[in-house]
Amino acid sequence: MKLTHNDRAVLRGDSGAAARMAMTILVRMAEVYGAGELLDISAAHIDSTIYIGEANLEFAERLASQGARVAVPTTLNVSGLDEEHWKEWPVPEDWAEKALRHMKAYERMGCIPTWTCAPYQTEMKPHFGQQIAWGESNAIVYANSVIGARTERYPDLLDICCAITGRAPAVGLHLTENRAGDLLVHLHDIPAALQKADAFYPVLGHWVGKAAQNRIPVIEGVSLKPSEDQLKALGAGAASSGATALFHMVGVTPEAPTLEAAFQGREPSEIITVGLDDLRTARRELSTAEGESLDMVVVGCPHLSFSEFKDLAHLIEGKHRHPKVAFLVTTNRGVRERAQGAGYLSALESFGGKVAVDTCILAAPMLPPAIRTIMTNSAKYAYYAPGMVRKKVIYGSLEDCVNSALRGSVTMDDDLWHT
Amino acid sequence: MAYMIQGKPVLAGQAEGEVLFSREPISFWGGYDCQTGEIIDRRHPLSGSNAGGKVLALPSARGSSSTPAVLLEALRIGTAPAAILTSGTDPFFALASIVADEMYAITMPVVALAPGDFDKLRTGDLARIGVDGRIDIQRP
Repeated sequence: MKLTHNDRAVLRGDSGAAARMAMTILVRMAEVYGAGELLDISAAHIDSTIYIGEANLEFAERLASQGARVAVPTTLNVSGLDEEHWKEWPVPEDWAEKALRHMKAYERMGCIPTWTCAPYQTEMKPHFGQQIAWGESNAIVYANSVIGARTERYPDLLDICCAITGRAPAVGLHLTENRAGDLLVHLHDIPAALQKADAFYPVLGHWVGKAAQNRIPVIEGVSLKPSEDQLKALGAGAASSGATALFHMVGVTPEAPTLEAAFQGREPSEIITVGLDDLRTARRELSTAEGESLDMVVVGCPHLSFSEFKDLAHLIEGKHRHPKVAFLVTTNRGVRERAQGAGYLSALESFGGKVAVDTCILAAPMLPPAIRTIMTNSAKYAYYAPGMVRKKVIYGSLEDCVNSALRGSVTMDDDLWHT
Repeated sequence: MAYMIQGKPVLAGQAEGEVLFSREPISFWGGYDCQTGEIIDRRHPLSGSNAGGKVLALPSARGSSSTPAVLLEALRIGTAPAAILTSGTDPFFALASIVADEMYAITMPVVALAPGDFDKLRTGDLARIGVDGRIDIQRP
């Protein structure tokens, strides 16, 4: 592999022990990827921020104590802990102590404490064509697809090595020729009313991820321009059920003004048609619970944006949840502050809802055992919760979630899916 | 039945064990309990199996970018597979093994197989992996 004079100096230890360890791991990984060289990045997003165990804490603390500093502006993904509210939940004290140490280690390296899985909805949003090294599957797919920034799927541990060195392997989605679509997904006869609904996009994402696996899907046949939040939900669903790191949507995403552009003039390797029946099946797959019993509603996976908060506030204004059903919003400190200013937070509080900031209720051990069944409007949460937090899940629209919380049991409006 | 396949060592090392095989990719985050080695993705065909000490054969990692972090912790605790065989090169599994090597001098071989060779594997096979990526398979 071709290394620059500076790469080699860092590898020798000229920039200190931490940079040497980061560069060693990066170069070994670049060889695994089959890279001919490294390239410069100008931003990073670190997913290794959740305390998962001793090994990851030790890794972060070793880097920090050896003086590691990030070389490019670097945002941080969700942490293991809501620093302000964790005591309201049954989070074990020793776990919290380690999660805090983990957070501090990354802050010591000079990262920006954004603590969010939706960094693309912060001031640190990258721009079209920018070379970045991002972790967190939903953030990766959003940055590549919706913004047209360029990142590979940077895993935990490697993301921080890229941030410290400011370098990344010159492979994969960093390079134009690898960003062409593979698989054509043609939407057939999907009613416009359904396409307009937020609840359509997580389901489509879940279906597309499964169909595409690690190929780049090109979605054709959308009759309107989905919102940023709808594309965010689509990407998060696809990156959970498959390995989707980039999708194109013809006429919508920046590298797909036309079908030809999305495929860079090549032929699709496969064409799949998706109809309403397929999506009904995908929607059913997202739920593991049957019956009407419900203990909690969770929205904000990925982290609730300001505009999603606004939609929620309108739905719950002047209402109060049923005492049997808890209602939780997950977001970051930045959005919470703006929501407070706009009055959305007080609407949520009057409704009887809570906010957890900066963390992820898939990864933080905060849900009490009495919570058995959770309803969510997120395909990602629905996908992971049964395994990760061992809860039964029901996927529904945001309206379904709110109505169920009001009634105290699951209620769904299926009309849109049966036209 | 006994036969040999030649893989590409992504992370070279020796190991042997019983094969746990699936054609479904997996995310270790949400899919692997690093305290026990159990596969806990309830939508995965290997759900409920314990992969600790086994030769885990999966096409690739899927979904979450936290797979290496979970696998690194499993390597530290001792609940990780003895080796991982993939269909083509998978960087996520390789990364955990590289960091475990750098931090703890623990080697978990990761070997990339041609898709045709990967498909021949079955759960219950006994696999012995050599540093050169040679894999001797015995089917009881």
